[in-house]
Amino acid sequence: MFRSIVSTLSLLALMGAAGCATPPGNLDLSLTHPSVDKKFVVALQPPATPPAINQIHSWQIKVSSPTGAPVTDARIAVDGGMPQHGHGLPTRPQVTQELADGTYLLEGMKFSMTGWWEIKLAIQSAEGSDKVTFNTVVTTPVAVR
Amino acid sequence: MRKYTSMAIGFAVALFAGAPLGNTSAGESSTRVIQLRDRWNAAELGVLASLRLSELPPTPKDPSNAVEASPAAIELGRRLFNDARFSRNGAVSCATCHDPKKQFQDGLPVGRGVGTGSRRAMPIVEAGHSPWLFWDGRKDSLWSQALGPLEDSVEHGGNRTRYAQLMGEVYRSEYDAVFETMPNLGDLPNDAAPNGTEAERAAWQAMDERTRKNISRVFANMGKAIAAYEKSLHHEASRLDRYVDGVVTGDPAGVEMLDPNEVKGLRLFIGKAQCVSCHNGPLLTDQHFHNTGVPPRDVAQPDRGRAAATAKVAKDEFNCLGPFSDANPQQCQELRFMVSDDPALEGAFKTPSLRDVVLRPPYMHAGQFTTLEEVVRHYVKAPHSAVGHSELTHIHPGSSKAGHAERAPIELSEGEIKDLVSFLGTLSGPSTGAPRKP
Repeated sequence: MFRSIVSTLSLLALMGAAGCATPPGNLDLSLTHPSVDKKFVVALQPPATPPAINQIHSWQIKVSSPTGAPVTDARIAVDGGMPQHGHGLPTRPQVTQELADGTYLLEGMKFSMTGWWEIKLAIQSAEGSDKVTFNTVVTTPVAVR
Repeated sequence: MRKYTSMAIGFAVALFAGAPLGNTSAGESSTRVIQLRDRWNAAELGVLASLRLSELPPTPKDPSNAVEASPAAIELGRRLFNDARFSRNGAVSCATCHDPKKQFQDGLPVGRGVGTGSRRAMPIVEAGHSPWLFWDGRKDSLWSQALGPLEDSVEHGGNRTRYAQLMGEVYRSEYDAVFETMPNLGDLPNDAAPNGTEAERAAWQAMDERTRKNISRVFANMGKAIAAYEKSLHHEASRLDRYVDGVVTGDPAGVEMLDPNEVKGLRLFIGKAQCVSCHNGPLLTDQHFHNTGVPPRDVAQPDRGRAAATAKVAKDEFNCLGPFSDANPQQCQELRFMVSDDPALEGAFKTPSLRDVVLRPPYMHAGQFTTLEEVVRHYVKAPHSAVGHSELTHIHPGSSKAGHAERAPIELSEGEIKDLVSFLGTLSGPSTGAPRKP
């Protein structure tokens, strides 16, 4: 009961946060995307516990070929920011290691406020180069359980 | 605590919607319909609740300072903070610019130590929540920050060799109780430092590496004790905190903590005035750097702010990755993942906390504005920046088209400016900076 109230509230709260920046209603929040030119299928895995505002944390990135084979030895550049505020990420996150075939550790992620954030990856591998953008909506910390 | 907050908000939302809560897992079955003076929708309530001091998490541990929780270090730090012997003229202590009686600041546009600085003294209460210290973030820990002014030629104006000897003479037993036994520093010149005058640098170079390191370690440990003291300073609840508690728990007495004009100002603060987009969370800061086009104090030499600071902190011998840090490199995440090449850092300064803001004019990074009204008018005017680009949207006269498509301009009437300023007076606690038991 409370959980549902709180999750509804958190959605409303992030829409009201910052006074001016309601994320677009049709935002694609899925965590698995084909890259722009369909060279890869990329899956993002956020931390199990939602991080607090301004807390540095890590994500995992899984890169596969369109047929599902892991893409190894890829170089992944990370960028992003808040499109509605015109600023980038507060940190410079980096892919620091390949944890398993095709699974990469993305360290140094941080969100400094609630709202809509973009995470942009540029992937280079023996299979080619491609880009992919993910959306994530950071909710007000009060409602994060 | 989190659970309590969520429940309280859930309850308040139901109150406002006039809906019965029914039988809940917490057993709240009564439906009390209290008509509060002020109505806030669920979205606004979520934002308001997130601003309360009670939502502030414990100050993050600083892995680079192993003694920060030690009571003996806190006490030593308190004494060092107030000891004017650690200065070139024997008259300047940390408390000179960070006066405990004035919310740990000095009320001056720019700092005045043995000389005159170029920026405003910052408040230090709860500064341990900030990953980057100073207006430009050129330090990455409280202890490293404390060392900067001690050797700055216009602040304390002294040097580490003089300070290390003074520590040995005056605070040896207290030092030994907190840190390892102070090394015998031998026969030292009075003044020597790697960053001082020509004579001081020459004297520093003439010493052997081991002695230099011993001196720097004593100096670094002074910073760690001062940081421990600073980290023990906390805010007390303000009228805003009690107001929001009143709103979310449905307590009419709490709601009376703000008058109607202050409430109008609060609506603007979290609404169209956009203040909360940077001044967010319980400390009313995102701890990040922004260029908002604040006019430089010296037009001939505009201050580059964050853009000029990232290289300094990266090569600072007292940073998290340096030889005097207690952290392992894996723990130095802010430094490892620091943004240093973003054009937005040009002319950007750290968002300050707004707690106690009405008590500490003048405002901005070099005290450019005397009153909060001038500050608010600056954001409405949104001038172009003298260095880099302002994040604010500037509307040119005769054009209704905003220059920056993503962000709405901040448009406020005269009455709204007044209301917003009156709201900023609600953010002060009764006894700011009072040490509190953890």
